[in-house]
Amino acid sequence: MKRFVYINDDESSQELYCDNRISNRKYTVLNFLPKNLWEQFSRFMNQYFLLIACLQLWSLITPVNPASTWGPLIFIFAVSASKEAWDDYNRYLSDKKANEKHIWVVRQGIRKHIQAQDIHVGNIVWLRENDEVPCDLVLIGTSDTQGLCYVETAALDGETDLKTRVIPSACMGMDFELLHKIKGVIECPNPDKDIRRFDANLRLFPPFIDNDLCPLTIKNTLLQSCYLRNTEWACGVAVYTGNETKLGMSRGIPEPKLTAMDAMIDKLTGAIFVFQIVVVMVLGIAGNVWKDTEARKQWYVLYPIEGPWYELLVIPLRFELLCSIMIPISIKVSLDLVKSLYAKFIDWDSEMIDQDTGIPSHATNTAISEDLGQVEYILTDKTGTLTENRMIFRRCCISGIFYGNESGDALKDVKLLNAVAGSSPDVVRFLTVMAICNTVIPIKSKTGAILYKAQSQDEDALVNAAARLHMVYVNKNANILEIRFNGSVIQYEVLETLEFTSDRKRMSVVVKDCQNGKIVLLSKGADEAILPYAYAGQQTRALVEAVEQYAQLGLRTLCLAWRELKEDEYQEWSLMFKEASSTLVDREWRIAEVCQRLEHDFEVLGVTAIEDRLQDGVPETIETLRKAGINFWMLTGDKQNTAIQIALSCNFISPEPKGQLLLIDGKTEGEVCRSLERVLLTMRITSSEPKDVAFVVDGWALEIALKHYRKAFTELAILSRTAICCRVTPSQKAQLVELLKSCDYRTLAIGDGGNDVRMIQQADIGVGISGREGLQAARAADYSIGKFRFLKRLILVHGRYSYNRTAFLSQYSFYKSLVICFIQIFFSFISGVSGTSLFNSVSLMAYNVFYTSVPVLVSVLDKDLSEGTVMQHPQILVYCQAGRLLNPSTFAGWFGRSLFHAIVVFVITIHAYAFEKSEMEELSMVALSGCIWLQAFVVALETNSFTILQHLAIWGNLVAFYVINWVFSAIPSSGMYTIMFRLCRQPSYWITMFLIVAAGMGPVLALKYFRYTYRPSKINALQQAERMGGPILSLGNIEPQPRLMEKEVSPLSITQPKNRNPVYEPLLSDSPNSTRRSFGSGAPFDFFQSQSRLSSSYSRNCKDN
Amino acid sequence: MSSNTPSSSAGGVGSADAAAPRRNSKRPKYSKFTQQELPACKPILTPRWVISAFLLVSIVFIPIGVVSLFASRDVVEIIDRYETACVPQNFSNDKVSFIQSAVDKTCNRTLTVKKLMKQPIYVYYQLDNFYQNHRRYVKSRSDSQLKDNSSWNDVSSCKPEDMSNDQPIVPCGLIAWSLFNDTYNFSLNNQQLAVNKKDISWKSDRDKKFGKDVFPKNFQNGTLIGGNRLDPSVPLSEQEDLIVWMRTAALPTFRKLYGKIERDLQPNEVIQVTLLNNYNTYSFNGKKKLVLSTTSWLGGKNDFLGIAYLTVGGLCFFLALSFTVVYLVKPRQLGDPSYLSWNRNPAGH
Repeated sequence: MKRFVYINDDESSQELYCDNRISNRKYTVLNFLPKNLWEQFSRFMNQYFLLIACLQLWSLITPVNPASTWGPLIFIFAVSASKEAWDDYNRYLSDKKANEKHIWVVRQGIRKHIQAQDIHVGNIVWLRENDEVPCDLVLIGTSDTQGLCYVETAALDGETDLKTRVIPSACMGMDFELLHKIKGVIECPNPDKDIRRFDANLRLFPPFIDNDLCPLTIKNTLLQSCYLRNTEWACGVAVYTGNETKLGMSRGIPEPKLTAMDAMIDKLTGAIFVFQIVVVMVLGIAGNVWKDTEARKQWYVLYPIEGPWYELLVIPLRFELLCSIMIPISIKVSLDLVKSLYAKFIDWDSEMIDQDTGIPSHATNTAISEDLGQVEYILTDKTGTLTENRMIFRRCCISGIFYGNESGDALKDVKLLNAVAGSSPDVVRFLTVMAICNTVIPIKSKTGAILYKAQSQDEDALVNAAARLHMVYVNKNANILEIRFNGSVIQYEVLETLEFTSDRKRMSVVVKDCQNGKIVLLSKGADEAILPYAYAGQQTRALVEAVEQYAQLGLRTLCLAWRELKEDEYQEWSLMFKEASSTLVDREWRIAEVCQRLEHDFEVLGVTAIEDRLQDGVPETIETLRKAGINFWMLTGDKQNTAIQIALSCNFISPEPKGQLLLIDGKTEGEVCRSLERVLLTMRITSSEPKDVAFVVDGWALEIALKHYRKAFTELAILSRTAICCRVTPSQKAQLVELLKSCDYRTLAIGDGGNDVRMIQQADIGVGISGREGLQAARAADYSIGKFRFLKRLILVHGRYSYNRTAFLSQYSFYKSLVICFIQIFFSFISGVSGTSLFNSVSLMAYNVFYTSVPVLVSVLDKDLSEGTVMQHPQILVYCQAGRLLNPSTFAGWFGRSLFHAIVVFVITIHAYAFEKSEMEELSMVALSGCIWLQAFVVALETNSFTILQHLAIWGNLVAFYVINWVFSAIPSSGMYTIMFRLCRQPSYWITMFLIVAAGMGPVLALKYFRYTYRPSKINALQQAERMGGPILSLGNIEPQPRLMEKEVSPLSITQPKNRNPVYEPLLSDSPNSTRRSFGSGAPFDFFQSQSRLSSSYSRNCKDN
Repeated sequence: MSSNTPSSSAGGVGSADAAAPRRNSKRPKYSKFTQQELPACKPILTPRWVISAFLLVSIVFIPIGVVSLFASRDVVEIIDRYETACVPQNFSNDKVSFIQSAVDKTCNRTLTVKKLMKQPIYVYYQLDNFYQNHRRYVKSRSDSQLKDNSSWNDVSSCKPEDMSNDQPIVPCGLIAWSLFNDTYNFSLNNQQLAVNKKDISWKSDRDKKFGKDVFPKNFQNGTLIGGNRLDPSVPLSEQEDLIVWMRTAALPTFRKLYGKIERDLQPNEVIQVTLLNNYNTYSFNGKKKLVLSTTSWLGGKNDFLGIAYLTVGGLCFFLALSFTVVYLVKPRQLGDPSYLSWNRNPAGH
């Protein structure tokens, strides 16, 4: 489980661990062919085609030249193999570039310039400013006297801010020369992929000072692919190399996702396969019977009396080969092609470029665009996804006094400014906590302005707000912080930083006031992580009210607290803390436990309220998508009230009386169970009413519900169109996705931060917002977009078009294969059921691969409705969602059409070319051209919008058919020498063609017209409305949803505090001593009654306005 | 935390430094194609459009149908089915043994010309229930052997008629082996009526498919005699009966050209046909017919196209008419928003 890295030991570890050669390659030159072929043949379709191709090599049974299958098969394989090879080659090139980079490494005590791939574990690597870190290092020296250095970790986690890294205390102050000779051992865990964690120990060997065990954390490391910034040089010991680095370990091949459509196509393929087997059996038996009764009399066929043992199989196998084209070999290639084009359209879409950053949307996964059109559930994160994640300090409550309530901006509140000017001690302490209880690094720019580098947006907002209130955090010099307040400079020494974790929900710093030597603990955190720890006797009532009130306004709250520590108390604790931070096992938990010992008896100073504004267009987007029949679930780590407020303001849920919120809560199994049952009951009753019912659940109750009442909760999930889950962990998010997926819903998860990654990967479609929390989510996602509002376009435009186009393309592919196959089957009845192919090999191959594939490919440009119409009538998405354009019954329509067309072509051909004209080659070309003509008209009839490319492809293909066949007809050695010229000269040929087209298309057109006019689908109705011009715009009496919410939020602030729930509730009380009283013991209605009071005040407000 | 983007993150270490400048250049260029905004015409099925399309089809089709039908009716055809009549009474119960016996197969038939037949008059033989398109049969030939003397032993595809007495057969295969061997002699008023048997095959076949230097060899030498024999001194390119026969028919009922009579035949003229009824169609109950036919621009006598055109034209007219009636009786506003059910019931779908 552990790895011991001996620093600067040139021999020992060389064999033990791999070198620093990075390899992302999937193949090598030698194994490429077998491995790639093996992968391709693990798919059923390919196995099928291979079997067919192999059977065709048996000349006794093959109806056509084996090349007609081998050609396309090899082509398809070559295409995907060369794509793989090209990708792999590019990976090889970039690996090579990284591997051959020159790096300074200490060898035998001397610095040498070697290639990055020759770095071994234990080597000391030197980096200069702006160098890329070649492998995972433990920092041992930097140019900075305090042992600090700055790294940019964008390539690792997408966060663009600089992070500080510090050398371990044991190496502190080490001489430059000494760093070349340093010896020691690092005890570290085996490689893993957790980039936030590194629990190791360092022990230096004599003669190096104390050989104490020195704990190492992630803060002491430089991870591969980070960049060294703002630091002249740094050096470190390589601990993980090559593919064993944290980055290397986290590189994984994602599971390929299969769209619902692919699954449907596979199902239909299966059905066709069964049909084919049935046909083959029937024809095989008929053929054998005919052979034994009739063919024996046909002396000219010379059937031997006694055939070989396999004779019975010959005719069925022949028919199997003849019918094998029923499953079009081209469908896979066509689909791959159009799918990558769909993805390109998303990349190219200029309306989905984030105007602020200029980053276009990107489809990482090119294969699942159709699924976008079939989304039924969207699970969305709140912070950064619905909101901008741009925090602005808005209000605060200090010692019971509210600031910023009138103006909505505390920074402009005269009362507060006065208090600051008057140096009111409460306010000063409050501001001090705001300014220094954080991990922000102030950087002085050349102009003298101070820039703050913060990892958390909240801290950034607080520090900036404090600065605006004249409490300026000026400088951080090692452990000495400098703040300037009203002209005087105050210095603090940071003794410890108790970092934020999502479990503790608070962070603290222990500082020593350099003026008077007092040691103070400064804390900030979520209300439930601070308020219960207030010293006995503090009146937290006002603070609780403040938290409530702010939460109802959708603001994020933080409680600030402080406590003076006695010198010996601190010293005692400090030892425990040191010990805890050097444990290897369960370090995080141990630290949390130790921190708990210090963080109590707070004097709570006040509450800050930070606004996180909604992104542009979020309410409209949600409204539109909800109208499109998509259900929304909000999964957030935030507080219940905040979540509900945000949900209200972005149309997520409707206020009373239209909407209704049901709460599931409870601390124990029984409570949760009862509450769940009640909600279910209400849900069942109201499900018939056109009412927006949403349920709210918090992480704790969710945990219990998922564990013990999965069935009931699943039913609830199905009944409910909207849900708000607050206080949920990343794994719970993923569990909810899993739950919905298990109910066979198509889910889309959208998020922006690292905590959404699991949900994004779990969902059918993962969408990442390339936002301020880094690119982590965007990287893991199938699609990355800049803003939440692009989701509307992604789904309604791209998803819908992709679905429609693939629906047509796939069914058409089957249709055209079936037409030709049915003709072959019909022909077998007039050729003695012997399995003769009417068409020659060249025609068959070209038919599937070329003649019928090209025109249909341009259907990727087809638009049934314009984008504007779809946006106005998002309800139309239901056609895609419910899969109405590709399902067994639409497929049956295409099947019937192919049967009808095959009959038309066959009957007309054999009657028009009867008697003296019934020459084999001629007849086959007549039938083939009949098919081609019909195909052109079928594609034309099914095309909704003709661009120049469509005309070119459809009619150009028809011309190309003749040109190609003329060319073949000009080659004397080909079977069809002169045939096409001969045919084109005959008037009867052209007359036959027109007859086939009219007879084939007439009924189809009549039927379509009839349906279109008298039984129009909604798509048709909208098409008509759109093309007729006029009424489309006025037609949308889609009732303008009360877009009042945004307006209401601000007036509410004046009328507020009457509607609060009078009891303070720690919502997710996993801390042992928090007492939890559930909302109105056991009646969920209580909750929405309070909600209804809230919204009745809304409506009052509306009327007043 | 696994990075899920094989292509972009695959570079791992190498690609990171390129990421920063790419950000802006990644911005796609605007074009109508990439934005899916190519100008498009979006036709919809309006009643006017559909009705006029059907009307147009019927207007075009009915005249063509009439013309085709007239063309077909203009063709004069004399068909004489002779395979039963040419079997002597005593063999009528066992026709197969008759055809396989060595008795004289000569048979006299009388044809009466009903209508004026303009030259050229084509003489066909028609076989029924004969599967030239049977898989075993249609593949049993060697095109390379027929074309080129040097590949005379390329008989692999000709089974089971590939070798005879361990020698390759030229021309090999079942098709050649079963060459039709009935012959017809025509006389008009006791005068020999000349039948031109030259140029009855396709010129392209004579020139390119059947070699001038390929002579029949070892043909019909086996134990089982199929059809006609060939003159070993005449090259294949001049064996026109063979060339015609080897253009296999796609249907079990087919006519093949026997020759051309290059003079007009007047009404009520009586033609005496002396035929040799050699070919065995009795074992599979096939019919044999002798056909004399003139030709039109559409080919031989075939009412199918004319009737089909009239039917389709008529149906289209009927459809156009009924659509018009329905349109007038029950007019329907296209794009009526009331069909959008969600306008009636905002919540439902």
